[in-house]
Amino acid sequence: MSFLSIRNLSAVLEGGPRLLRSVSLDLAAGEVRGLVGESGAGKSMIGKAILGTLPRAVSIVEGEIWLDGVDLLRLPPARRRQIIGASAALIPQDPLTALNPSRRIGPQITDRLVHILGWPRARAEARALDLLAEVQIDNAPRVLRSYPHELSGGMRQRILIAAAFAAEPKLIVADEPTTALDVTVQKQILRLIKGMQERHSTAILFVTHDLGVVSKVCDHLSVLYQGKVVEDAPMRRFFAAPAHPYARALLAATPQYTDPEGSLLPVPDAVIAQVRAEVAKADAGWSHG
Amino acid sequence: MALLRTILLRLLTTAITLIGVAVIVFVVIRVVPGNPIAMMLPPGATEADIDRLKALYGFDKSIPAQFVIWVQGVMQGNFGTSISSRQPVLGLVLGRLPATLELSLMALVMAVIGGGLAALTGTRLRGGRVEGAIDVANGMALSVPDFLWGLVLILLFGVLWPVFHISGRISPALDLPFATNFYLIESILRLRFDLLADLLAHMLLPALALAIPLAAIIAQLLKQSLKETMHLDYVTLARTRGYSESAVIWREALPNALLPTLTLVGVQFTFLIGGTVIIERLFSYEGLGNMAIDAVINRDLPLIQGIVILFAVIFTGVNLVVDLAYAALNPRLRHG
Repeated sequence: MSFLSIRNLSAVLEGGPRLLRSVSLDLAAGEVRGLVGESGAGKSMIGKAILGTLPRAVSIVEGEIWLDGVDLLRLPPARRRQIIGASAALIPQDPLTALNPSRRIGPQITDRLVHILGWPRARAEARALDLLAEVQIDNAPRVLRSYPHELSGGMRQRILIAAAFAAEPKLIVADEPTTALDVTVQKQILRLIKGMQERHSTAILFVTHDLGVVSKVCDHLSVLYQGKVVEDAPMRRFFAAPAHPYARALLAATPQYTDPEGSLLPVPDAVIAQVRAEVAKADAGWSHG
Repeated sequence: MALLRTILLRLLTTAITLIGVAVIVFVVIRVVPGNPIAMMLPPGATEADIDRLKALYGFDKSIPAQFVIWVQGVMQGNFGTSISSRQPVLGLVLGRLPATLELSLMALVMAVIGGGLAALTGTRLRGGRVEGAIDVANGMALSVPDFLWGLVLILLFGVLWPVFHISGRISPALDLPFATNFYLIESILRLRFDLLADLLAHMLLPALALAIPLAAIIAQLLKQSLKETMHLDYVTLARTRGYSESAVIWREALPNALLPTLTLVGVQFTFLIGGTVIIERLFSYEGLGNMAIDAVINRDLPLIQGIVILFAVIFTGVNLVVDLAYAALNPRLRHG
């Protein structure tokens, strides 16, 4: 029984194109699934649809999002917010813009505990100190009193990770959490997320365009193209023998760290044509509401 | 340390501004046509009478010489004597100041509350009919100046449905126990709510006339600012924490959206104080602005100078308070 199950999810941009085309995917408890695709493939949209942070112009036209036995899309907004607040969390892409500049770090970590879960403040603050230790931040009491602009980008991403794990969520959506970081910091942050995930056995939906990142942290992988899942495979099988031509081309286009001199291959035109044809076929039986 | 330096620097620039204002006012009111001496003497006064009176008030000297004498007096706290009432300017001006301050601050409070509520409501219900209605009301409030609002309010609540006083600051028949001219504040401190009610019944319409355009500006700017803030990453992240929309607006977006609004409110508040001149006249409210118009009509040069300098002090004071408040609200400036 999967813990998160998305069934036939379709979303459209107001008066415009479909952004998601009958997306289905499953995530078992404690599993990490990579969502891979080029920009605009809809990988971030899926995370936003789960967390209820889709832009107003985007609407979900069909499908179900089952989280822990309830379909989020059938719930009244207030109830849905509560469930998301209590059992899911987001690790955002850009640590420089994801912390409120006019609030101290401490409340930004403990807010959810105090306001949504109703913890006493002292207990929430003790928890924040533990979390900062877990993400290897020294001098935690001082950091909790700091404002975001006083901390480095790497520090802020660690804080955002700590905040995401604060309420022991069962699901975390990590939306390109290393893309905005320095290459040297990227590895540490990946290792940190993976370590936290294993200790807390949290399920993570890991949105990224970087197959190198996927290979380090994920158990399963979904490849998206123009809002359609074109490959859904366990990691090992994907890297050994990707089933779909587009996935194969994507893998070939990824730089190999073992072979820095090797040339990068663009995705061949024939493969693009094939995957577009599949998308068009999927659209044929579907009319704009 | 940095704060102290900022304040000292501001005091220095304030002093330079005041000197500039003093020079301009001093010269302008002496070169424009109409002179105070002619106003004071009966028709048919002799040359000798005119010269004697001119010498008495020092108008026989050159403008630079008059300025030096005036500045020397100001240094000793003597702003001269009013020509029309023959009383010290400083006492007259400071006596009227509380009335104008109370009126302006009341208008500011009304504008901040009204504009703030409109902006928050518009943001909470954005994309719907309520937001459209707020935008339309804003547009109307903005396109009519304060003195026209004054006339409209007089017609509505003074003539058609006379529930408020439209003239004066307090009913003349009342026995006033006040020690200062801060009637509103004193009536609250002395718990004289009967007097407070009377003061408010007088003050409400002029304050409202001043507040409406400012409220519209605040509503428009704060709503725009909130709208931009609502798209930022930290607001989205706060949503995933399970907050209600109102909590997201209040706790996450508002503190940051306030900053650009605050700067503008400071500038607009000085305009509002300028607006008191006409509004006080319209409502026969005994404040500085009303006194300024009388002083100009009577060519009471020392009084005009005193009032203008006082207005200049108020304006620079408001700007200083805005800068300090900005620093207090913005952690990046506080620690930077």
